[in-house]
Formats: sequence, structure tokens, C-alpha cells
Amino acid sequence: MVHAWTIATIVAIVAGVVGFFVVLRGAAFVADAVPQGAFAGAAGASLVGVSTLLGLGVFALAGALLIGWLSRRSRSDVATALTLVVLLGLGSLFLSFTTEYAPEIFSLLFGEVLGVSTNEILPIAAGGLLCVLATLVIFRPLLLNSLMPELAAARGVRGSRMELCFLVIVAVATSMTLPVVGALLIFSLMIGPPAAARSLTSSPLLALLISVLVAMATVWTAIAASFETDWPVGFFVGVLGACWYAAGRIWVSLRSRRAVRDT
Amino acid sequence: MSAIFGAIFATGFFGSAPVHLALLVGGLVAVVSGAVGTFAVLRGQSYAGHALADLSVTGGSGSFLIGISPLWGFAGTGVAAAGIMDMIGIRKPRGRDLATGIVRGAGLGLAALFLYWDTTSTNTTGATITILFGSMFTISGSVIPAVALLSAIALAIIFLGYRPLLLSSVSAELAFARGIRVRLIGIACLVAIALAVALAALSIGTILSTALLVGPAATALRLTSRPGLAMLWAAIIGLAATWLGVLLAYDSFTWPPQRSGWPVSFFVVTLVFVFYLLSALPRLRPRQQRRLRRTPGRG
Repeated sequence: MVHAWTIATIVAIVAGVVGFFVVLRGAAFVADAVPQGAFAGAAGASLVGVSTLLGLGVFALAGALLIGWLSRRSRSDVATALTLVVLLGLGSLFLSFTTEYAPEIFSLLFGEVLGVSTNEILPIAAGGLLCVLATLVIFRPLLLNSLMPELAAARGVRGSRMELCFLVIVAVATSMTLPVVGALLIFSLMIGPPAAARSLTSSPLLALLISVLVAMATVWTAIAASFETDWPVGFFVGVLGACWYAAGRIWVSLRSRRAVRDT
Repeated sequence: MSAIFGAIFATGFFGSAPVHLALLVGGLVAVVSGAVGTFAVLRGQSYAGHALADLSVTGGSGSFLIGISPLWGFAGTGVAAAGIMDMIGIRKPRGRDLATGIVRGAGLGLAALFLYWDTTSTNTTGATITILFGSMFTISGSVIPAVALLSAIALAIIFLGYRPLLLSSVSAELAFARGIRVRLIGIACLVAIALAVALAALSIGTILSTALLVGPAATALRLTSRPGLAMLWAAIIGLAATWLGVLLAYDSFTWPPQRSGWPVSFFVVTLVFVFYLLSALPRLRPRQQRRLRRTPGRG
């Protein structure tokens, strides 16, 4: 149980920090496609008999680079969709080669936080630290590039390079959070809390902090509820994410209504 | 000659009933996905298509739970989700993606719960795989009327609303000024996408149905800039990918490592991607036109 809490906290911090930029850049599709594509890597890893985390990492990075490469020549949503389906197609091929893998698919897709083993904590913590540090190092140029791409370009921030950095950060964050909350729902954790934080404050650092705190609250509640009811963690994460988003939207509309009345 | 023929079409390909069904249903689905997908790509709604596909997992797993055909689960959830997405959707594209993602996340949470109940009540994990990855060779003949009906509805929406849909895809402001009810058209388009995705989910599995929706349409829009022609091309490309995929999957029953066949979905997706990459080859595009575009003043 202690492992579960530790891991979940790391995951929440990473998802909160990286997710802030996902929301800011409107990159929901990318944040969704990379984890789902990486899931195929886990199937591949179990086929050749290496660690799941390695398979996830390789596929997440490959997916991020393929999205970056394809979107230079075509629209980015099309590039993302095609990358995703190619990775998933490979995943279905790998799955058809193994027969004993079926129960594990469910946990990889929908999360199994209580099933994380002790020797997985260290790589996950290292990956998480790497993501957060990388985000903080390029915080200012990435922020400028996300909000005002033209101004950033005029200041000498290369748009394509920032995009690539961002994609790689998402890929690393993905491959380490995936075994905990599951491929299909990492993404709820990455956009629900940050979207709520964004509607509470306009200061970037404060929003980042709130987003991390809300993500932590989400994961802790989800684990506790899942432990009590024995229902999958993914269900609680998904529903709570949507609740945060709804709360944020309601707050914004209430505030704007009050602002209209005051003037 | 017959040796080559025999090498391409493995024995029994034309006599097998599941193959006939796969060709028929798969072909129909590919045509619908191609036509609807053209609008999905034009309107930048690839993500909505993908999210609707994922959400049909919720419908599929729910229908397993109450014991109705997954197709109705796919279609019902798809249409409901399209409505919710439009209701909370914001005008800006960035906001729209977020709204789409939130609906998708909540829907998948429900799917996790349904699948959990499915697996604990029946003690098998087969449902998960069937819903997620599907297989064209396991389609039962009884779904054909439903497939035909849903295809007809999706195609009817696209063809009846063709001109207002096109105008509102290119310029929402202009369409609004012309008195077109942009919002209604938007919902209709999402419903058509949801139906197409539900059909594709049945044949190649929910999480791969995006391939048939986006891939052929994106390829077609690279080949031509005329929307009508692009719809035709998309349908043809989708059809080619599906049928070749079925053929290869049938042949693959003699391939290593297990001699139990490779998944149809894998072949279809790979073919769609290969077609897309091929369409980027420069010689397929009219060369002169490209040169003119690159140096405007001089041509």
C-alpha cells in the first residue's frame, strides 16, 4: 500500500506539471495518442521478454518522433491519428502472437496501481524527476512558444524544436505513468486538473502549483475509493477529471457573470 | 498463371463464408468511413473521431453487460457522446480538443467499470479483446441489416447536408451569414462520424477504427483538392485497404510464428498508413502546379 501511495504521488506531480503545458498548447490529442500508442510497446516487450517499462519507453519515444516528423508535412491532427493507429496496429499483431497476455492488457489499459512492484519504483521516480526538471529548464521558452508562437520565434525560440522537446517530455512522462493509471486514462489526469487550475488563476506558476495539488488529490481519492470498492482506479480518475473540468467551467461562468453585473 | 493465382489467393478464399461476410461488411464500412472521414479531416475533427471510437468501447462493454449486440452499444454511445461534446464544446479549436478529451476520459472511466463487471461476472477476459481489437472473421451474418441501416443513415446525412456542411467546414462565418444553422450542421456531422466509427469498430475494433476514418480521407485530400472527388478517392482507398487486408490475413494462416493467422486489423491499418506515405511521393502530384505554387510572382 505504501508503494501505491508513493508511486501515485510521483505520477500526480508529473501529470500535473506536464499536463499544464498540454492544456496550454491545446495538445490534448497528442497527450492522448502517445500513451495509447505506447501501450503497444508493452505488448511487444512481453513478446520478446524484456521489461515492460523499456517497451513502453521505446514505443512512446518512437511515437513522439513519428508525430513530430509526420506533422512537418501534413496537418498535426492527421499525423497524430495516423501515428496512433500504426502503433496500435502493431500492438494488435503482438497480442495475437501471445496467448497468456490477456489479463495483463486490462490492467495496462485501465490501470492497476496496487500491482506495481518495489523494483519498479526507482525507474519511475527517475523518469519523473527527469520530466519535471526538463520542463522547468525550458519553462520560459516553452511558455512563450505555447502562448505566442510568433513572438517566441521573433525572440529566437525555434517552434519546431520546442514542439519536439515537448513531445519527448510527454513521451517520458507517459511511459512511467502508464503502468499506474493505465494507457487510456493517463490523459484524464493530464488534462482534468490542469484545465481546472487554468480557469482558477491566470498566473502560470500558481496554475502549475494548483494543477499538481489537484492531480494529487485526484489520485489519492481514486486509490482510496478503488481500495474500498475494488473497482478499477481508472474509473475514479476519469470521472474525477471530468468533475474538475466541470467545476472549472462553472467557476469561470459564475465569475464572468458577476463581472458583467458589477460593471 | 494459375500458380501465381494460387499463391495470391490461398485455397478456399472464395469459398469461405466468413471471408464473404468480411469482404461485404468491411467493404461497406470502408466506403462509409471514407465518405464521412473526408469531412472529419476537412473540419479538423480527427480527434473527435478518435474520441468517439474510444467512447464506443463504453457502449460495447455496456452492451456485453446487458446482453445486446455490441453494434447497438457502439452506435448509441457514439450518438450520445456526439451530443455531449457539442453541448460543452467551445468555439475555439483548442478548447474543443479539451472538451473532447474530457468527455473521452469520463467515458473511458465508465468503460473500465463496465469491463471490470464483464470480466468478473463471466470470468473471461475475451470481451476486452473482442471489443478493443475486433475481428472481421467473427462478424455474424445477423448484423448485416443493422450495418446497412446505419451506413444508409450516415451516408444520407453527408449527402443531404453536403453543401451547407462543406461551406460551414471551410468558413463558419460565411455559412452563418448565409443563414445556415452552423451548430445543427456541426451536430449532424458529429453524428455521422459517430455512426461511421461505430461501424468501423465492429469490423476492425474500436481503437483502430480511427485508421479507416482518417487515413483514406487524409490520403485522398492529398491527391485532390476537390471535396467530392476526395470522398470518392477515400472510399476507393479504404475499400482497397480493407479487401487487401482481408486477403493478406487469410493468407497469413500459414505464416510463422503460430500458424494461426495474423490479425486483419493489423493489415488494414498498415495498408492505410502505406497508402498515406505513398501519397506524399512527389511524382504523384502534378509537378508543374507545385512549381507554380512555390514561386508565385514568376509563373
